Amino acid sequence: MITYALFFGFACLAVALLLNLYRLARGPSIADRVLALDTMVVNGIGLLALYGMATDAEVYFEAALLFAMVGFISTVAYCKFILRGDIIE
Amino acid sequence: MALDFLVELLISALIVVGGVFSLVGSFGLAKLPDLMTRLHGPTKSATLGVGAVLIASMLFAAWYEGHLSLHELLITLFLFLTAPITANFIAKAFLHGHADQKRRLPPTGSDYGWASFDAPPESGDEEPNSMAGPRRGGN
Repeated sequence: MITYALFFGFACLAVALLLNLYRLARGPSIADRVLALDTMVVNGIGLLALYGMATDAEVYFEAALLFAMVGFISTVAYCKFILRGDIIE
Repeated sequence: MALDFLVELLISALIVVGGVFSLVGSFGLAKLPDLMTRLHGPTKSATLGVGAVLIASMLFAAWYEGHLSLHELLITLFLFLTAPITANFIAKAFLHGHADQKRRLPPTGSDYGWASFDAPPESGDEEPNSMAGPRRGGN
């Protein structure tokens, strides 16, 4: 049962990532693209967690943690750059 | 064994719920008309979806491998803490580039405009906050 649930989750997250890619390519304003990238990071963390469950490997959780931190920092840095024209003042 | 089945059912349900919520959030991101509405999808729905998947992963490790790992809880907590911050930053970045939105706002009923666009009133006794204060020139 978990196997089928994992397949379903993989399919959902893959479609979600494709929708994010659509918004990333299409997005009219630059904030849309930042938002799409942030959502892609969040969905990527979900995909990593699912893959870690499917393969019983411990490494993916640490990768997911690093991914979460880098995603947050990069989103904040990008928004700060748009707002102020500089990241560290 | 009945308990085994129940735990398996719980993990599967959490995975399915997480996948559906992530999909709905990303669908909202692709479908909704402008950025302020688009922010709702990822920040609420997708965060909840990933939280459900990570809790399923934690239960999976605790039940099948016999050790309770709190990594996933850490990631979930981190995502739940940072989602509002990133949403706030993205909204501020959007408003920074779209100052024409100011005309669409109703009057505030006081001498000062909305805090999203205008500097706070000088109150004298407290130091103005640098984040909300008047914009210094870009350097």
